[in-house]
Amino acid sequence: MPIDLIVTVAVQGILTGLVYGLMALGLSVIFGVVRVVNFAHGEMMTIASYAAIVAFGAWNIDPLVSMIPIAVLLFALGYAMQAALINPFINRPEHSQFILLAAVAIIMVNGLLMIFGPDARNVLVDYALDSIEVGPLLIDKVRVITATLALAITAGLFAFFKLSRIGKAIRACADNHMGALVVGLNVKRLYALTFGIGSACVGAAGAMMTLLIDTTPNVGPVFTLQAFVIVIIGGLGSMPGALLGGVLIGLTEAMAGLFFAPSAKTMFGVAILILVLLFRPQGLLGRKA
Amino acid sequence: MTALLTVEGISKSFRGLRAVDRASLIVPKGGIVSLIGPNGAGKTTCFNMIAGVFKPDEGSITFAGQSIAGLRPDQICHAGIGRTFQIVKPFKELTALENVIVGALRTEPSTRLARKKAEGVLDQLGMLDKRDQPAAQLTLPERKRLEVARALATDPTLLLLDEVMAGLRPTEINQMVAVFRELNAKQGLTILLIEHVMRAVMALSQHVVVLHHGQVIADGAPEQVVRDPAVLECYLGEEAEV
Amino acid sequence: MIARLTEGVPQRALILLGLLLAAMLAAPLLVGDYGLSVLILVLYFAYTGQAWNVMMGFAGQLSLGHSLYVGIGAYAAAALYVHYGIGPWLGVWIAILLSMSAGLVIGFLAFRFGIGGVYFALLTIAFAEFTRVGFDHFTWVNGSGGFFLPVAQYSINDPLNLRGSPTMFYYILLGITVLAFLFCRWLLTGRIGYYWLAIREEPEAAQTLGINVFRYKMIAVAISAGMTALSGVFFAFYYNNLFPEQIFSMNRSIELILGPIIGGIGSLFGPILGAVVLTLLAEGLTDIMAALGYELPGVKLVFYGLCLLVVVMYLPNGIWPPLRKWLGLGERL
Repeated sequence: MPIDLIVTVAVQGILTGLVYGLMALGLSVIFGVVRVVNFAHGEMMTIASYAAIVAFGAWNIDPLVSMIPIAVLLFALGYAMQAALINPFINRPEHSQFILLAAVAIIMVNGLLMIFGPDARNVLVDYALDSIEVGPLLIDKVRVITATLALAITAGLFAFFKLSRIGKAIRACADNHMGALVVGLNVKRLYALTFGIGSACVGAAGAMMTLLIDTTPNVGPVFTLQAFVIVIIGGLGSMPGALLGGVLIGLTEAMAGLFFAPSAKTMFGVAILILVLLFRPQGLLGRKA
Repeated sequence: MTALLTVEGISKSFRGLRAVDRASLIVPKGGIVSLIGPNGAGKTTCFNMIAGVFKPDEGSITFAGQSIAGLRPDQICHAGIGRTFQIVKPFKELTALENVIVGALRTEPSTRLARKKAEGVLDQLGMLDKRDQPAAQLTLPERKRLEVARALATDPTLLLLDEVMAGLRPTEINQMVAVFRELNAKQGLTILLIEHVMRAVMALSQHVVVLHHGQVIADGAPEQVVRDPAVLECYLGEEAEV
Repeated sequence: MIARLTEGVPQRALILLGLLLAAMLAAPLLVGDYGLSVLILVLYFAYTGQAWNVMMGFAGQLSLGHSLYVGIGAYAAAALYVHYGIGPWLGVWIAILLSMSAGLVIGFLAFRFGIGGVYFALLTIAFAEFTRVGFDHFTWVNGSGGFFLPVAQYSINDPLNLRGSPTMFYYILLGITVLAFLFCRWLLTGRIGYYWLAIREEPEAAQTLGINVFRYKMIAVAISAGMTALSGVFFAFYYNNLFPEQIFSMNRSIELILGPIIGGIGSLFGPILGAVVLTLLAEGLTDIMAALGYELPGVKLVFYGLCLLVVVMYLPNGIWPPLRKWLGLGERL
């Protein structure tokens, strides 16, 4: 197999992985603060994807533009979900929370199925097939753009958590729930904000994803699993971990698709997950509990 | 008197912090020994090593002539050591009786016999009227007693009590003291207890071991230990810090 | 040993259970073909939910990948039958053994490495997904193309080979479900039941009382996986076709656990009641939709989702425990 091809596929995989990373980042942020595993994560991403598809179909808005209002929309959805559904479940056992979100996920997938039907849809922008020449390599333009945007959004999020007052308050909440209550932070509101921010990440990722893959309602659960795999590999709650995990999975999938069968690629991701869970359950960059 | 439990030079560090530092103590067969010391002195860590939660980094623990250091908690239980937890851990959805049945099943061959025995133990601790209440609905003093009942039901030769008197009213403390005295006198149960309630310590123990910063700083009869300058200093020192 | 099954159960409960069983026995005479197929579905979910409940409800280990055991059971028995002519009643034992082994491997890895809670649940999903994709490429059972059992019109029932009319399947499944119910009752009232509940409630305290927590969790996984394999075998011989995409899917895992969750996790009758309620509601909904002329995919599952949401929000213990209390039927049922 020519080395050029392998490198091209690897680079493309890494670029796609950065968008995966952004999606998983949302899950990681939510878990890191609220300590709830968002079992409807991929489904929320699919909602964002369909929003981008509708925006493109109806008004011809480029997903790279519509991702901004979509992120806002998903922020609102996430905020509302946390405030209305999840906050009352904060002190319930883990399996109760899991079931709650599984129910939300089922409603989302099948709601989309009712509205859009089972057929795959995509967004075909006029630069969809353009590529960028880097030495001997030909890299898809959309992948470069989306990966760059994913990195930029992640950087913005880092800055938000490190520098802004609200970001600091959220981190305080994550570090010490009781302490945050004692110093008078409105923890429930901060949780809702965090869930909103995590959802906005997944909203942006969902809009971008329409340029990379076909969307069907059933990719929701697949991406939920994908997001879990990524954050567990990287370390639940670790922001750099999510990006690293995303890149690893993107690369693994690309390589598995190249050397084995594309349909077998999820198996490799899951295999990595199993290994990480067994030998480093806190994830590659996670802190030990 | 022969030693039932001999702890020799055990240590345990957590991330470089030496919680217990070459501690030694002896619990004679049929005796009642108290382990006291300020908060963070390493008492519970000591218990956890004896009960098999942690393996000591060094040192030996011998129980009834058999080395038990590094055994799992369930193996320690089968060796004949029962324990309670400082922060009580009742099986919340089970009734008080069912909680104790779980313990009784260690020795009893059937659930029927275990039930009978559990009723006996609950009666002994004055909790028979609460038998059908879910543990989640019990008050804290009741949960503490349930904790003791559950451990007793496993038929231990040595009982480790981790602050079972904390949070109890004086009359309740007196009741508990009476129960342990009776168990000790009638059944020859050996007891090692961690306790902050000095009244209980003085009333129960024949021997007191004082732990400070993970080290044993005093070891002797209760009256003698409370007059030990080193002991007074460590307690007063702590209060001064507070 | 047998006395334990009825000990402490109020007479009223025994009478109600007896009446229910009588109704179930008479049902095929009263309902039509369609009704029978719905009842088979009810029993299928009741039995599988009961099996899952052993692990989650009794021992407190949340598995979200139970489709793995259904799939292994189904494929094992079907492949043995098609490739070697080994009948289902022999094949089922091999299926159970294989499924138990899979469960034990997952359990061993998870419990030895201290993986619990959400992480354990994710591990179970991961293994199910891994196996699903693996079976997509497993040519011995025709990969993603699907594996089929020979189908013919059967004039006579052949229970030994599980070939025959729906009525035969119904009675066999009814028998299995009743046996599973009794088996679970027997487990729950025995030593192992107390140990499981203790482990579910407070594993650390359980271990201090002399319980080998690792061993009893492993036993729970093995029993649950083995029981679930049997429902896979039934699935294979009743539906006659198997697709990895369907049988191992995460949706299937979730569908299987809805019954016990809605009925009441940890109770004995909860999984049965949950299966009845869910299946009847879903079928009723399908009928109403059909009558109104709607053929929308996904309606049923949206409805499932809403039911689940309402139950988990307002009846966190499921519908059976409050009902049980209202009927005055004792605790361990």
